[in-house]
Amino acid sequence: MDEVLLARLQFAMTICFHFIFPPITIGLAWLLVVVETIGWKKKSEVYIKIGKFFGKLLALTFAVGVATGIVMEFQFGTNWSEYSKFVGDIFGAPLAAEGIFAFFLESCFLGLYIFGRGKVSKGVHWFSALMVAVGSTLSAFWILVANSWMQTPAGYTYNAASGRAELTNFWEAVFNPSTMIRFFHTIDAALICGAFFMAGIAAYYLLKKQHVEFAKPALKVAVIFGLIASVLELFPLGDEHARQVAYTQPEKFAVIEGLYTSKNGAPLLLFGYPVDNPPRLIAPIEIPGLLSLMVFKDPNARIKGLDEFPEDERPPIWLPFVSFHNMVILGMYFILVMMWASVSMYRKKIWENKMLLRILMWSIPLPVIACQLGWIAAEVGRQPWIVYKLLRTSDAVSVTVPAGNILFSIIIFGLIYILLGVLYVYILVKKVKHGPEPLSEKEVTA
Amino acid sequence: MDLNTIWFILIGVLIIGYAILDGFDLGVGVLHLFTKDENERRININAIGPVWDGNEVWLITGGGALFAAFPIVYATVFSAFYLALMLVLFALIFRAVSLEFRGKVDSPKWRRAWDWAFGLGSLLPAVLFGVAIGNILRGIPIDSTGTFTGNFFTLLNPYSILVGVMSLVLFTMHGAIYMTMKSEDEQKMRMKKLASALWIGFVVLYTLISIYSIFEAEFLFEGILSNVLFWIVFIVLLAAVFTIPVMVKAEKFGRAFLASSVTIGCMIGLMAISLYDRFVPSSIDLAYSLTIYNASSTQRTLFTMLIIAIIGMPFVIGYTIIIYRVFKGKVVLDEHSY
Repeated sequence: MDEVLLARLQFAMTICFHFIFPPITIGLAWLLVVVETIGWKKKSEVYIKIGKFFGKLLALTFAVGVATGIVMEFQFGTNWSEYSKFVGDIFGAPLAAEGIFAFFLESCFLGLYIFGRGKVSKGVHWFSALMVAVGSTLSAFWILVANSWMQTPAGYTYNAASGRAELTNFWEAVFNPSTMIRFFHTIDAALICGAFFMAGIAAYYLLKKQHVEFAKPALKVAVIFGLIASVLELFPLGDEHARQVAYTQPEKFAVIEGLYTSKNGAPLLLFGYPVDNPPRLIAPIEIPGLLSLMVFKDPNARIKGLDEFPEDERPPIWLPFVSFHNMVILGMYFILVMMWASVSMYRKKIWENKMLLRILMWSIPLPVIACQLGWIAAEVGRQPWIVYKLLRTSDAVSVTVPAGNILFSIIIFGLIYILLGVLYVYILVKKVKHGPEPLSEKEVTA
Repeated sequence: MDLNTIWFILIGVLIIGYAILDGFDLGVGVLHLFTKDENERRININAIGPVWDGNEVWLITGGGALFAAFPIVYATVFSAFYLALMLVLFALIFRAVSLEFRGKVDSPKWRRAWDWAFGLGSLLPAVLFGVAIGNILRGIPIDSTGTFTGNFFTLLNPYSILVGVMSLVLFTMHGAIYMTMKSEDEQKMRMKKLASALWIGFVVLYTLISIYSIFEAEFLFEGILSNVLFWIVFIVLLAAVFTIPVMVKAEKFGRAFLASSVTIGCMIGLMAISLYDRFVPSSIDLAYSLTIYNASSTQRTLFTMLIIAIIGMPFVIGYTIIIYRVFKGKVVLDEHSY
């Protein structure tokens, strides 16, 4: 078996599974800041109850996120030691900064938020909710700094003598050309995950006619939050992110947009499916010139196609293309659902609209899937490079780890993650069915 | 003092922070395997409930800091210890979720299963961290190109296994002392007795290992007797080690815990002093060792990281103190408990 392929499989599996949880955590954490603020300021018992209930679900999600996240911190060294040697001078700093600035904040205040309810003052409790949200967001920031540096490296020089990339300017490396837009795009995606999570659970209660007085305000907050986040994700964030890719990683842009050949006045693809032999799109539906207009503000502008790049520097097309387009479709769907829900809520009809409530309930996993698809497009679209134009993925694996060892760890990780995934969903469903718990006197007054 | 040395110390501080903090909750996990009563089991779990993930962050930050400051060490050691590290990761995954999952289904079988996951998930890292330290101390086969030439079985040598056993005993003692502060009545008394017994085991093992080290890794002792710092840390260590049973006996458990924390800190400190300025000795030829100079990042990165540490660490220490103050005292089981 091929070590590179195995190491890639293992990384893909462990990161995809890990990345189910942080977006829910981040989104839910910010929603809880809103909920706890209302609960505290308006002394609203029902909002405190919402905070308590979703706080527990947050803790559950967070625990699985931490458990699977530790793996990531070590995996660069275990499976990608050549990569680690090559980029260590730059890549390690954001990881360490994540720990120091973000993860400590998040973990400590989560303990205080969950276990401190009724033990600490309302103000301190509210502050700890805020710090969980801030911490998880900062955590995402530093991880995105590290990943964005792999996409659009900056602030470094290649030292041929030591055979590695060395830092020349920390701020340039941190705020490399893709960091900020990818950060906002990813965080907003997380907010959508949180909104659908809360809205879906509230919808479930309304459908079952249980805990109705609890579910109504939860749904309200989640839908308003979700509508804003979904719209922002398309414009300006998605739009701007696509433009950044077009400018800084044209190969990736060519594969996600299905551009086999360079074109003046490139069309925006509404539908198409990439096939091999010869490489082409079948059944394309396009709007002429729109892609050029969107990227370069000029309908006749030339956009580079795959043919423009050396063959050994082209990413695979199928996976990034399909992932990207499905992500976009889901993004549109989120806007539509949240708009429908908002209008229905404005007309005070949502509480009875079974179809809409059912759609909301079953949509809970969709934003998480959209996140996964977006990341697949981003990571596979960067291939064959692990660090864009600097280090190939095939040169980055650990040379001293035998394939058999990797296979062994893949199998065990696979089994553990299947178990964890099943248990997470099982416990989540069980907690939701059990419903929110009544508040103790302390929790209302303290 | 140069930046490389400062970072060697800072990595040491992170390892010490991790060993002291996660040390006791790994220890509580090991003790959990032998706890029979359901109420006592819940007290174990809730004693570490609000703090365990903050403790584990020390490991994550340590990993990140090692990557940033000494990427060659991070890359070489982690890939060399592949299977052992994977076992630690599997264990830590189970351990992390077991706390959260255990109380969520009202079934004795379910809880038993997670008790085992929590216990074994604590025991395995407690041993393997020691085995890893043992291997670093005696050196691992690194050739002239800095490549690890051994395999999984290279790491399973009597010396390292003995260090693993000692770290298990030490963490369990540390955990037992922690539990004396968190539990009451019978459970407290049992923990008190256990802490004293484990203390004897620890002292015997530590003495044995110290003597064994002279034969196994003579280079660790080069020039050590004329090193003032060595003597200071050594004397503090001795004082701390012998304070533990006195304080346990007097039921001043807070002080006993402080003493066992200082013991852990000094032990790791002594290891660092004997290794310096090697980071990972090579068992093939000491000249091939990874040192704090040939395995580090550039000066610019070390400096940048230092700024990050100076800004960040006071906050980290601040939150840690706040959390422990809020949750100090005996565990009281309520509806927020696991």
